[in-house]
Amino acid sequence: MNLKKLPLLNLKRNPGRTLALVLLTAVLSFSIFGGTVVVSSLRRGLGSLTERLGADIIVVPSQAQSKVSFQDIFLQGTVGAFYMSRENLTRTLEVEGVEKAAAQVFLASLKADCCSIRIQVIGIDPETDFVIRPWLEKSGSRGLKDMDVVVGTKVGAEVGETLRIYEERCHVAGKLAPTGTGLDSAVYCNMSTMKKLLSAAEAKGISHKVSSDDEDVVSAIYVKVKEGYDIGKVNSAIQGHTRKASAIRTRSMITDVSSSLLAISRVILGLIGAIWGMGFLLLFLAFAMIARERQQEFALLRVLGSTKKALKGLIRKEAFLCCLSGGFVGIGLACLLVFPFQTLIEMSLSLPYLIPEPSGLFLIALGALGASVASGFASSAFAAWRLSQADPGRLLRQG
Amino acid sequence: MALLELKNISKIYGDLKALDNVSIRVEKGEWVAIMGPSGSGKSTMMNIIGCMDKPTMGEVLLSGVDISKETARSLTDIRRDKIGLIFQQFHMVTYLTAVENVMVSQYYHSMPDEEEALEALGRVGLRDRARHLPSQLSGGEQQRVCVARALINHPELILADEPTGNLDETNENIVLGLFRQLHNEGTTLIVVTHDPEVAEAAQRTIVLEHGRVAREVINENFGK
Repeated sequence: MNLKKLPLLNLKRNPGRTLALVLLTAVLSFSIFGGTVVVSSLRRGLGSLTERLGADIIVVPSQAQSKVSFQDIFLQGTVGAFYMSRENLTRTLEVEGVEKAAAQVFLASLKADCCSIRIQVIGIDPETDFVIRPWLEKSGSRGLKDMDVVVGTKVGAEVGETLRIYEERCHVAGKLAPTGTGLDSAVYCNMSTMKKLLSAAEAKGISHKVSSDDEDVVSAIYVKVKEGYDIGKVNSAIQGHTRKASAIRTRSMITDVSSSLLAISRVILGLIGAIWGMGFLLLFLAFAMIARERQQEFALLRVLGSTKKALKGLIRKEAFLCCLSGGFVGIGLACLLVFPFQTLIEMSLSLPYLIPEPSGLFLIALGALGASVASGFASSAFAAWRLSQADPGRLLRQG
Repeated sequence: MALLELKNISKIYGDLKALDNVSIRVEKGEWVAIMGPSGSGKSTMMNIIGCMDKPTMGEVLLSGVDISKETARSLTDIRRDKIGLIFQQFHMVTYLTAVENVMVSQYYHSMPDEEEALEALGRVGLRDRARHLPSQLSGGEQQRVCVARALINHPELILADEPTGNLDETNENIVLGLFRQLHNEGTTLIVVTHDPEVAEAAQRTIVLEHGRVAREVINENFGK
């Protein structure tokens, strides 16, 4: 027997008490780690959304219930499509202050025999696109050949496989990095592929025509405003110059998301604070009760020759061991909830949600562990001080 | 030279004089009992002799060295090195086995030695109960573990506070037998007790009343 093992022996031979302390600390680290991961994911999602939008103005058909349904596609991965005449692209480019404009065409596949899965298909023009292309390049995609598709990270298809969309076979040429937005659930192709897919959809009775004589359609136009121009004024000019279209400032979309994110973050941080406060109080009370229960044991150790400092060290070591274990348990439990149910959390929050990189997660875990151990030290400090101040002779005589 | 000498010690708590100008002398190898009613100052004297408290006035000489002005830290060292303590309530570390409880005392004194700790338990007749936790031992067995713990570091003085107060007659006799054995080996014993039978087992009894030494009684029948 080595006295350095005394704290470990105490924890081992008092399993009920140890379990209670470990669970209490687990609650602390669970709330800190789980809450921070959710808040960080939301913040990262917003950053990703801002980066991915990459435009100052987005023009969508008025029939697209303005930005609401567009937001659903962009944020939640809702499958849908709406069209306007391609003429609006030319009209947009004519507006003073527009630096560049790129069109996208949407198509929703069906959950039927003709399609492998129900997904959002987005056609882009690689020549003019400045929104999706940088992302494709960043993800190592070689470009979009005819009948090639690049899939978002959440699409259940791997590189080399074939996706059937309205009986057309598309080769999966690449998989994109996660963005935490609805774009992760979409499939991207070039305009030539999209035309074939639109014709195939037409054959199945899914019409994309905006009028009988206009087959050349677009779903959204991304606009970059020249430097020095007022985006609001350009937005109004586009609104006036295009037909049956609504121009939306992306900043307003981001502001909406940002406000929701701020509100949710506040609630989560408030919850973390409340749980942490409650957990800390309970831990403090638990250590105080344990100290009371063990005062004769500590008095005995004092009488046998232990110093006050050594006794404080003993309590600190026990608190450290409990809180470290509890910290790991809490982080483990949070991982079991936050990662497997990521999609559910994302859906219920209806906001862009991008889990931090492993290095970021490691830092959050380290922080949560540190906070748990620090809470243990702080909550046990009073108990340690009280025990070391007690009169051992009196305590041992009292029995 | 006496092993322990209290010279005119007083301990005052506010208006209360727990000990009032007390002087006693305990020779090396002597077995002394301290008796007295509640509030007579027995516990205060035990605390001072056991280096758990300091007198307000007077000198406490242990092996000729005045320890009454020592710091709390020095008193801890003296207690650890020279005194073996036994309490009425046994006081064992509840999550340690009997042998581990004995080894805790070794650890603070020098180095834990399991074989030596087992031998000490053997001396009190508990070698076969060495791996039992206190909750698995009877009161008498727990007190015998405490005796083993007190003698493991070969202290100059064994100080026992009501050591048989919680024991039945059989266990009381076992513990007193152990004290007798220690005394025969030359260990100095000071036993604080209420029990006249326990006091009669000692060579000499010091009776305290109202914080003063009321009388000293030499046990004529000692050793017979």
